Amino acid sequence: MHEVGIIQNTLELAERSARASGATRIHRLRLRVGRMTGVVQEALEFAFEVAREGTMASEAVLEVETVPVSCWCARCGAEFVAEDWVGVCPRCGEVSGELRRGQELELASLEIS
Amino acid sequence: MCAECGCGLGGEVTIGGKPGSQVASPLIGAAAGAGAGEAPEGAGIESGAAHDHDHDSPHDPSHPHPATPHEAPAQAVHEVAVHQAILARNDRLAERNRGYFRAKGLLALNVLSSPGSGKTTLIRKTAELLGGRLRVGVIVGDLATDNDAARLREANVPVVQITTGTVCHLEAEMVARATSQLDVDALDVLIIENVGNLVCPALYDLGEDLRVVLLSVTEGEDKPLKYPPLFHSAHVALVTKSDLSTAAGFERDRALANLRRISHHARVFEVSARTGDGMEAWCEYLAGQHRMRSPNAG
Repeated sequence: MHEVGIIQNTLELAERSARASGATRIHRLRLRVGRMTGVVQEALEFAFEVAREGTMASEAVLEVETVPVSCWCARCGAEFVAEDWVGVCPRCGEVSGELRRGQELELASLEIS
Repeated sequence: MCAECGCGLGGEVTIGGKPGSQVASPLIGAAAGAGAGEAPEGAGIESGAAHDHDHDSPHDPSHPHPATPHEAPAQAVHEVAVHQAILARNDRLAERNRGYFRAKGLLALNVLSSPGSGKTTLIRKTAELLGGRLRVGVIVGDLATDNDAARLREANVPVVQITTGTVCHLEAEMVARATSQLDVDALDVLIIENVGNLVCPALYDLGEDLRVVLLSVTEGEDKPLKYPPLFHSAHVALVTKSDLSTAAGFERDRALANLRRISHHARVFEVSARTGDGMEAWCEYLAGQHRMRSPNAG
């Protein structure tokens, strides 16, 4: 698992963004993590506890929004959530290989001062 | 730190036996050391020094400002939108690698599997069979030891070993540095053997043209269902060790059905590097992929 590296990248990005806004403290980080990334929320939180030491986010809260995997069904012309990763449309049974959501791994926003 | 595989505990990346940060590469800016924190290029927000021309703004930059943030009135807590990809730096370096490989006419493969699925044996056999048609170079990633590189060197394949210390996957920067240790002008195909792991490497683009995932017949038919992100991202799925299929009680139809469910876009080949079964079709496919990308090749 690679959550430690991901958190380190997140903190670097967050500190750069906070500094660019003239802030000195980061109070909250909001991440969006797609289920398809395989990133485990508990591991992220654990890594964050350790990695935030000595950064502008040393007392910050990490908030993770999990984004479900969803695919596009060409026959129905609609998106569906692929609960078990398998792209079978629940409406018509068509198999879809077109992933629309679930690969996100982004720093969405920060609370700073 | 990580209970699963120890990733992130420290330890140093080495490339061809040297500390990774000391292996220069034209693909990595001269100023960029190994430090992951620098991200000098492209990030867009940290530039802004030495910028003295006028914009159409009534704001006169020469008027006095409070000198430091400490003297500025304290800001209230407020939210700012960032919306940036966390692995943007790796993605950028991977795109740079990809452009470089294209320019050099290299077909680049990122080979992934769990440990012991037969990556090294497959790569060695592939290089042998392509010999005379296409020249193959290899970058091998492992947590430790030079053993895989040694096995390939025996077969006269140009190879660079990356040991990642405790990092459970290869990253684009490691590949950029390792590439500088190969005579790329003398190569047609670059095979990157990733660290044996079906979870972490899925997120890290290395700049490859094709992502090749191995599933050996001894691993069980449901591997694709257990590790969907990686299998989903595959361009090619190779069922390896097909000569052991009977002994392992491998249910071929079920495995292929599982692959088709998860690896929607993947071309599937069944091969045995030991007996050579199926290897010709796989090598033909690679030759075709190389031809497609380099119009000058025969």
